[in-house]
Amino acid sequence: MFRLSSYRDFDWVLLGFVCVLSVISVLEIKSATLHTKFHGFDHKQMGFLAAGLLLMFLISMIDYHVLLDIVPWAYGISIFSLIAVKVAGQKVLGARRWINLGGGVHFQPSEWVKLVLIVAVARYFWNLAGRELTWRDIGKAAALVCVPMALVLTQPDLGTSLTYSPILMAGLFLGGIRLRQVIVIVFVLLLVGGVAWKSGKRLKPYQQARINAFINPDSDPRGSGYQIRQSLIAVGSGGIWGKGANKGTQTQGDFLPIPYTDFIFAAFCEEHGFVGAMGVLLIYFLILMRLIQNAQTAADLPGTYIIMGVVAVIVFQIAVNIGMVVGLMPVTGIPLPLMSYGGSSILFTFLALGIVMNVRMSRFVN
Amino acid sequence: MELNPQTELTLGKNEKLPTGKLHVAQYLIAAILLVLSIGLWRLEVVSADNFRAMAEANRIRKVPVMAPRGRLFDREGRLLVDNYPSVSCYILREQVKSFGTDLPMIASGLHLTVEQIEAALKKYQTAPKYQPIPLKQDITPDEQAFIEAHRNELPELETLEEQRRVYPRDGFAAHLIGYVGEISEEDLNKEKYAFYLPGNVVGKSGVEATYDSLLRGVDGSRDVIVNSHGKEIGHLGETMAQPGKDLKLTIDLDVQMAAEKAMEGKNGAVIAMDPHTGEILAMVSRPTFDPNQFAIRLTKSYWNEILTNPNHPLLNKAIQAQLAPGSTFKIIMSYAGLQEGVAQLMHVPCNHGATFYGHYFSCDRNHGMVTIDTAIPYSCDTFYYTLADRLGIDTIARYATSVGLAQKTGIDLPDEATGNMPSTVWKMKTFHERWYPSEAMSVGIGQGAVTATPIQLARALSGIASGGVLRRPHVVFTDEVPADELEAIHETFPGSGEKTIPLSTQNWQILTDAMYSVTSSPIGTAYAARLEGIDFAGKTGTADIVSGRDKSSKNKDTIPNAWFVGMTPRRNPDIVVAVLWEHGYWGNNSARLASGIINAFVAKQRKRENNIKIAQAAPVPVTAENASKEASPKASAADVSN
Repeated sequence: MFRLSSYRDFDWVLLGFVCVLSVISVLEIKSATLHTKFHGFDHKQMGFLAAGLLLMFLISMIDYHVLLDIVPWAYGISIFSLIAVKVAGQKVLGARRWINLGGGVHFQPSEWVKLVLIVAVARYFWNLAGRELTWRDIGKAAALVCVPMALVLTQPDLGTSLTYSPILMAGLFLGGIRLRQVIVIVFVLLLVGGVAWKSGKRLKPYQQARINAFINPDSDPRGSGYQIRQSLIAVGSGGIWGKGANKGTQTQGDFLPIPYTDFIFAAFCEEHGFVGAMGVLLIYFLILMRLIQNAQTAADLPGTYIIMGVVAVIVFQIAVNIGMVVGLMPVTGIPLPLMSYGGSSILFTFLALGIVMNVRMSRFVN
Repeated sequence: MELNPQTELTLGKNEKLPTGKLHVAQYLIAAILLVLSIGLWRLEVVSADNFRAMAEANRIRKVPVMAPRGRLFDREGRLLVDNYPSVSCYILREQVKSFGTDLPMIASGLHLTVEQIEAALKKYQTAPKYQPIPLKQDITPDEQAFIEAHRNELPELETLEEQRRVYPRDGFAAHLIGYVGEISEEDLNKEKYAFYLPGNVVGKSGVEATYDSLLRGVDGSRDVIVNSHGKEIGHLGETMAQPGKDLKLTIDLDVQMAAEKAMEGKNGAVIAMDPHTGEILAMVSRPTFDPNQFAIRLTKSYWNEILTNPNHPLLNKAIQAQLAPGSTFKIIMSYAGLQEGVAQLMHVPCNHGATFYGHYFSCDRNHGMVTIDTAIPYSCDTFYYTLADRLGIDTIARYATSVGLAQKTGIDLPDEATGNMPSTVWKMKTFHERWYPSEAMSVGIGQGAVTATPIQLARALSGIASGGVLRRPHVVFTDEVPADELEAIHETFPGSGEKTIPLSTQNWQILTDAMYSVTSSPIGTAYAARLEGIDFAGKTGTADIVSGRDKSSKNKDTIPNAWFVGMTPRRNPDIVVAVLWEHGYWGNNSARLASGIINAFVAKQRKRENNIKIAQAAPVPVTAENASKEASPKASAADVSN
């Protein structure tokens, strides 16, 4: 089961970029929680990072083909755990997303389902490789992703469930969906979406309010528009060079909502300005390019599919989170990978990177 | 998208993905990051200044620092009105998340009704959004705890420490001191209040109103840094508040207390002034009110009580009651008659009255042959009917206005009444009718259309007893007030002010001696109010409220008003007291009240001068304050011990 692979082929460059971002993350969490009851979250984050690194090395030792073999089982367990969390999960902030594993450890299954989905989708399209995608194939792929997505959506956790969609999209794209099919799907989705929006029953009131606030942030400055407005003020007032570490008035004055998780990038922008923000975007760019390069050099198709699934999820989360912070996207509650505080999010990212490492290390095996 | 169906079809299970699709992914990622970068550029570079200002506005709040209002002291520096610290609750409309859910919560926590809060919000609709609105003043520790405990849910509530007024109890000198309250909307539109803001506390009446600009000081402000819950986490700068100026009032606490005591349970007014200067020594109006109730928000029940009281507690009767002066007007009649050279020559037979122009005018008694020397102590109406007839209404009016009737005295208190003095011109203007000579009879005894305020009568007597020098009455020492402010106050309260009237030494003596007889001679109407060892003089007045016929009626409202104006010593007096006792029935009753006040004043004066010996009150040397007059060698030989 364990293959001897050479750590000479381990992607140390990628790990370097990831570590730089992790350090930035810890420092910003420290700043954002300095005067709050969440003081000390930076130390917890360091713990998560250490655990993440360890898991990354461990999973990088497992041949990803093994993962591909066991993924049907994993998928089944995922669905089961999502149902379990609906039944036995802990209600936090009005949603059942967590399972208490005892000893103060909480686990959010929806994060690791993401990982399972990446591998499952890779396996699915790998099996389909060599022939044109039929509507039936597309429908099966959609079902594969949409079942867990629907379960997560009803937790309710719109943000996380949305992060499953790029996995499907990447799979369909790489699996060879045709332009004609894309057009039909987009048309149908727009139609359904339009009807749903009109009837207004698909979205929770707070979600509708968020979208309204996104369209017009000043409509309700203390309500839903508040988060967007404060985020824009935080980012904008940072200017070119920022206000300096621990000196962001929006962050330190508690005006910025949850500045250590979803809005951490706004806090970072306020304190480190446009220059700092561009630095972070550059690191993300380098990480993503490095991942794609690894996808290119992967030994086989499923390796490529897995890495591109990881890329799709990370890109999606960056786009939605930073887009939200700068006012280009509505508030969805999607964490920024490698920056936002949170064990589940960190563990997902590092586990995903661990699989990527294994794909890379296996590239000369065939 | 560069999808190539041919390559798709040839892609085997173990083959690799063509790099084209991965390039698409790379471009897509680059494009997404570029869009995000543009978004950041737009915010952080293009409109950074705008957002920086918004961030500052977010965290910096201007908190007013209220200037303590100037305190009030009596003429000897005894504290009358002080301040105490109290906490008020304000609401910041910008911070309200939802009026629908917050208002009921606030209402229950602050013991208000939702309607009251809505009314407050409506009142300040036009005020700028960032300005805190006063919700409740002088909140209890309980309510403070409520606000502290709900900082997160109700960040819009703000507390502010303020200085609040504490006035003497039981309405002591309430009309003179006045009270403060929140500035009204009408006042805000007035030029005088151009620099005041809604919610400002402003003097509403009395000294508090007149001297508001001195008393209020200048509010300061503090720029504090707050977090999103409105909690103060630091501060930037502070403009100190300039405390209001302490003012020394001219009133003498001891005289005031004597006056308050005299009027206990009665309706009416007392005014005591120093004729040398015009300084008011005491001012009482009854019924009174509790200004402390006005300093905090007024309760509805107390306001209703004040409004429905038929005796008008808010009216400062010392300067606002315009009533028939009754026989006290005979002082002015005598002054006019003597100066015209008529009265000293008159010998009038009084037989319960006399007939003029076919009408019978009655006197209360058969006084026999009356001259000016006995007419005043007798208060003989027949004499004054005759004198009025001889002088004619216009001469009477000329003299009456010369001593300040029918015009404001110019006292530094708001809303002084003018009173009325009839004349031929007045009648033509008011009724478009000519004056009938018979109408002068009732004016001659201070009835009819003539009305005066207690302050007017006190000032008129002060002028005559001082030999013709009239002063502008005032309640705050003029040297306490900056010159420009004083000028402004004189402009705001115009009146007869400082003036000199002609009064010969001879006539001055006759008048003052006759007034001394009122209290010292057994024939005097106020003999019962005489004061042993004190040179106490004056004139009673019993002013009918309805015409003579209904006098017998037992209806309380028709009982005559009892007046007395008196002074000590009789010439160049140190104090003049005017007493109005509404429905006091008989002028002598008021004379007794006045004598109590005079007694208190003299006792204090003697104590202070360390001269407690029971004085053989020496006759006063005849030197009028009016310097132009030469001293008469014939000093009055008034026997104080009767």
